[in-house]
Amino acid sequence: MATPTLEKADAAGQPEPGFADSPYITVTFRIRRFNSEVSAEAVWEDFQLEIDPKERVLDGLHKIKWDLDGTLTFRRSCAHGICGSDAMRINGKNRLACKTLIKDINPEKPITVEPIKGLTVLKDLVVDMEPFFQAYRDVMPFLITKDTNEPTRERLQTAEDRERFDDTTKCILCAACTSSCPVFWNDGQYFGPAAIVNAHRFIFDSRDEAGEQRLEILNDRDGVWRCRTTFNCTDACPRGIEVTKAIQEVKRALITRRF
Amino acid sequence: MKIHKYDTVIVGAGGAGMRAAIESTKRSRTAVLTKLYPTRSHTGAAQGGMAAALANVEEDNWEWHTFDTVKGGDYLVDQDAAEILAKEAIDSVLDLEKMGLPFNRTPNGTIDQRRFGGHSRNHGEAPVRRSCYAADRTGHMILQTLYQNCVKEGVEFFNEFYVLDQLITEVDGVKKSAGVVAYELATGEIHVFQAKAVIYASGGCGKFFKVTSNAHTLTGDGQAAVYRRGLPLEDMEFFQFHPTGIWRMGILLTEGARGEGGILRNKDGERFMEKYAPVMKDLASRDVVSRSIYTEIREGRGCGPEGDHVYLDLTHLPPEQLDAKLPDITEFARTYLGIEPYTDPIPIQPTAHYAMGGIPTNVEGEVLSDNTTVVPGLYAAGEVACVSVHGANRLGTNSLLDINVFGRRAGIAAAEYSQKADFVELPENPAELVISQVEALRSATGTERVAVLRRELQETMDANVMVFRTEQTIKTAVEKIAELRERYKNVSIQDKGRRFNTDLLEAVELGNLLDLAEVMAVSALARKESRGGHYREDYPNRDDVNFMRHTMAYREVGDDGTESIRLDYKPVVQTRYQPMERKY
Repeated sequence: MATPTLEKADAAGQPEPGFADSPYITVTFRIRRFNSEVSAEAVWEDFQLEIDPKERVLDGLHKIKWDLDGTLTFRRSCAHGICGSDAMRINGKNRLACKTLIKDINPEKPITVEPIKGLTVLKDLVVDMEPFFQAYRDVMPFLITKDTNEPTRERLQTAEDRERFDDTTKCILCAACTSSCPVFWNDGQYFGPAAIVNAHRFIFDSRDEAGEQRLEILNDRDGVWRCRTTFNCTDACPRGIEVTKAIQEVKRALITRRF
Repeated sequence: MKIHKYDTVIVGAGGAGMRAAIESTKRSRTAVLTKLYPTRSHTGAAQGGMAAALANVEEDNWEWHTFDTVKGGDYLVDQDAAEILAKEAIDSVLDLEKMGLPFNRTPNGTIDQRRFGGHSRNHGEAPVRRSCYAADRTGHMILQTLYQNCVKEGVEFFNEFYVLDQLITEVDGVKKSAGVVAYELATGEIHVFQAKAVIYASGGCGKFFKVTSNAHTLTGDGQAAVYRRGLPLEDMEFFQFHPTGIWRMGILLTEGARGEGGILRNKDGERFMEKYAPVMKDLASRDVVSRSIYTEIREGRGCGPEGDHVYLDLTHLPPEQLDAKLPDITEFARTYLGIEPYTDPIPIQPTAHYAMGGIPTNVEGEVLSDNTTVVPGLYAAGEVACVSVHGANRLGTNSLLDINVFGRRAGIAAAEYSQKADFVELPENPAELVISQVEALRSATGTERVAVLRRELQETMDANVMVFRTEQTIKTAVEKIAELRERYKNVSIQDKGRRFNTDLLEAVELGNLLDLAEVMAVSALARKESRGGHYREDYPNRDDVNFMRHTMAYREVGDDGTESIRLDYKPVVQTRYQPMERKY
C-alpha cells in the first residue's frame, strides 16, 4: 500500500561529549507511524539526524524522540539485547534496535523502521504482544515433574543432558522469530516459532516429565506441522538460536516419540 | 478512573516481584502491576551468578558467606539480615533448581560453582567457588524461570501499568497502607488498587547516572512514591560502581569474567590489582577495584589516546572456556566494540550499577516509617529496598540472592498479613494527586525539555558523585539538582495523547530521578567518612565512631510548601563480627 511521506528537515542533536573524535554522519530514518488518535492511516515519516555510525538504531530513535518528536513511540528497556523489548523491522528485516549498529545497515540510504508484522499495531512501533504471549503460555512453559517426594538437594543432571537444550534456553521472548514467519503472518492461530522453541526447552530437558503432553499440544493443526522451514526465524533470532532446527527436532520427536 | 480490590498488590515483576508473587498467589488474591512485560525486567541483565554455600566443589559454609557479606559491605550491613541471607541462600538456589532453572553442572551432575569478587574461604584466606551460575546468563535464567512458574501458578499480571502513588490512611493514629494508584500505558486511564498489602519490588534508580549498566526504565519509581508520602529512604549515598562496564557505554561485563581468570591491565600491561589487593587481586570487592581503576587512570596509566579506560584481558583463556562460560559478554564486545576477545583486550571503565540503599525494611520485608515502626500492610524487597544486607557495598552474586530470599519472605509475609487484616479505607479522592500530576504535564506549555534536563542531571551525577567525592563536588551536584528541580516545574511534553504516551511517562520518571538524586547527594554530603561505595577524598578513612550508622532521609514540607530533606540516623545491627580494617 502506497502511503504519503512527511518530511522533517531539521537535524537532531549535537555530538555527545566524549565522542568528539567520532566521525558523525547524517542519516535518514524512515519510520512507519501510526496513531489512531490522529489518523486511521499509517504513514511513513522521514527524520534526518547526525549520528555516530557506531551507535545503535535505538540511539537514533532516542535522538528523534528526545530532540525532534516526543510523540514517536516504541518499547525499550535494557538497550543491549537482553530484555527483548525493541524487536522491530529494520530495512525489512526483524532485529533488535539496540543490537543493530547504524554502520551495519547501509546508512547511505534511508533506514526504514517498521513495527514487527503479524501482530496488531497499537501505536507507531508498538504492537499487541498478547497473542504472542498466549501462544507461549499454551505450551506449558514450565518444568513438570511427577516427584511424589521432592529431593532434598538439587536433581542431578549431566553436563551433556544440560547441553541438550542449552540453545533454546537463550530465548528472550522478543517475537522477532514469530513475527518473521510467513505462516504466522497468514494465520495468527499458528503457535509460531517462539512458542515451539520454549516447548523444545522443556521437552528436551532430562528433568521434565511432560514432554508427551507438550508434543500433543504441538501436534495440533496449528502446531509444528504448519512450519514450512523457510528459516526466516533462524535468521531473525537476535540470540542466535537455531530456531528451525529446534522445530525440526520437535517434529522428529513427534514421529519417533523419542526425546 | 477504575477501582480494583485485591488482597495483595505487588509493584514490579523482576526477580523480587515474581518470587514474591509465586508465594503470595498461593495464599491470597494477588495482582502484579508492572510497567514492563515481566520478562523485560532488568534482573535478566544480571550475568555472573547467585551466591550460596552449597559446597558442591569445595569446602564452604554459610558462616563464611555471612562474614564476606558483612566485610564486603564495610560493616554497615545489618548482621542479622546477612545471616538470614547466607543461610537461606542454600534453599533459595535449590528451590530455583526445582522450579527448572538450568544451572551449569559439575561432572557429577550437581550445580557447578565459580569464584566471584569478595567471596572467600575462611574469612579472607583465598577466593572460594560459591557462585551458582548458568553461563553468563544467570539473571536471564532466573527471570525466565520465575516467569514460567508465575504462568504455572496463574499469577495475575497488569502489564504496562505504572504505579505513580502510594496511598496511606491513618487509622487510630497509625499510618497504614491502603493501596496504590496506577497509570495504564495503553489507554492513559487511572486505576486505583485497594489492597490489604502492597509489596514494592520495582528495582533501582541508576538512570540518574550517564554511564550505567542500568536499563532506561530504572528510574526509582517505587522509592519516589513512598518517599513523597513521607516515608524515609535509607543509605541512599551508597551506590555501587561496577568495575567492568564497556568503555563509554556502561554495558555490564560480568565479574565472572575475572572469576574465570580474566585480568585487569593498565596501558603498560601491568596487572595493577596486585598492588591494591595482594590476596584477592582482581577479585577484590567492587568498590576497591573501581577505585583502583580510577587511581590508575588519574596517575596516567589509563589506556587509549585519552587514557580514560583500562583493559579487561581474557586473551590467555582458551576460546572454548569463553564460549562455554562467557558467551554473552564476549558477544557484547564483538557487537558493540568490534573487538574479538579471543585475541584482544576489552576497554572497560567503572559503570553505575546498583543502589545499596532504598526503602528501609525489617527482615520480613515490612517497610519502616522510622528506625523501628512498621507501616502495616507495606512491604518492599530487592533493589528498591534496604534490609540492609549490602551495607556500604554489595558483593557480586548477592543481589540475585537478595531478590530470591527477601522476595520470597516479603511474598509470604504480605499474603499472611492480608489473610488476617481488613481493607483499610481509601483516602478521599484517592487518585487526586496522580490525576493532577498527569493533567498538569499534558497541558503544560513550559519551555524546558525532559531530555535536556535528564542529560544535565546525568552529567552532574557522573562528574560529582561517582567513585570519588569531595565536599566541593557534592555541593556542586546539590546546587545543580536544585536548579534542575526548579526548571522541571517549567517542563512540557509534545505528546498530549492518551494512548501509549511514553513521552508523558518519561517526564514522570525524570521527576522521580530528580527527587532521588537530591536525596543521594544530600545524604552523601553529610557522611564525612569513606566507607564501601561512598569514598570521600576529603575524609579518606572510615569513621566508626561517628558514622557506623545508617542514614535515614525524610522529605519535609514546610507550612509555606517548601520542600527540604531531614537526615536522621539508625544504628547498625551487629551480632557476630566486630568492625575490622578491610583488606583484600
